[in-house]
Amino acid sequence: MSDGTEPERHPLFIPVILVGGLVFGVGLAHSQMARPEVVLNFLQFEDFGLVFVMFGGAAVTGIAYAVVPRLLHRAPLTGDAFERRLKSFDRNVVVGGAIFGVGWGLSGICPGAAYASFGIGNVTILWAIAGMFLGAYAQGVWRSRTTDAEPAAAGAD
Amino acid sequence: MSDLAALQTGLELFPHGISRYAVGGVLVGLGVVVIYVATGISAGASTFLESTLSYVSGQSRFQQYVASRDWRLVFTFGIVAGAAAYALVFQDGGWGAYTTAVKPWRLLVGGVLVGVGTRVGKGCTSGHGVCGVGSASRTSLVGVATFLLVAIGTAQLVAALGVTP
Repeated sequence: MSDGTEPERHPLFIPVILVGGLVFGVGLAHSQMARPEVVLNFLQFEDFGLVFVMFGGAAVTGIAYAVVPRLLHRAPLTGDAFERRLKSFDRNVVVGGAIFGVGWGLSGICPGAAYASFGIGNVTILWAIAGMFLGAYAQGVWRSRTTDAEPAAAGAD
Repeated sequence: MSDLAALQTGLELFPHGISRYAVGGVLVGLGVVVIYVATGISAGASTFLESTLSYVSGQSRFQQYVASRDWRLVFTFGIVAGAAAYALVFQDGGWGAYTTAVKPWRLLVGGVLVGVGTRVGKGCTSGHGVCGVGSASRTSLVGVATFLLVAIGTAQLVAALGVTP
């Protein structure tokens, strides 16, 4: 996995990240996914349109993952090879996915949509953003301890 | 008659049509692709939580994200700014005209679970859902199926218990 922090970054690296984020945020706002009510309506089978947000997004990235590596040998700004987004499978994927599912179903909010929701001026969403940081911190503390306590443990992910 | 029946079903399944959802989804995908083509990075939204915590916490778990925390901050700032610009131009009533009616306790408690679950589960709706599914990653397909089914069950249960919204 690349993290884009070679000693000298290309001057366009941060601007490109910003442009990508801007387009991503416009998309989330236009798709209405920044509104938890719309997400809850989908999960309660009252409006299935939200399927097209994730499907539409995955269709676009799917084309890029298939085509870009054939056109370019390495990423122009980092020199890194093009790889698909692949993560190892273990029990955490299902356990974490289920915990995320309960949270998503309860609140109608996922991380990207929460940032976009704040962007459209929905200040009430700060409750959810505060909650996400609390949750991420709690699992970080817990996993730091369990990992530190196992000196020979292989990286979980 | 069958055409009318199909139209009726379509209206029931998609009371607001599909255009805004599909166009929004394509834009989300394009945002990811802009970054991928230029840098090779598959950007997801939830890693930002841990990478930003590394600024204020010395917990060993967060240190793996120190190298990427600055650009992840920029990425999230972009999401906020892009959505803000959209609302300024296109939202009925302008920026800030909408605030959610979903109860704060649902947002807070749900948010905590989202924070735990996305990080333990190695991804969220963008990391697994958009990047991982686009990569045909079996891990991500299992992750998406898990959180989608559990979220549907949870939302239906909460609604059945009479909590609105």
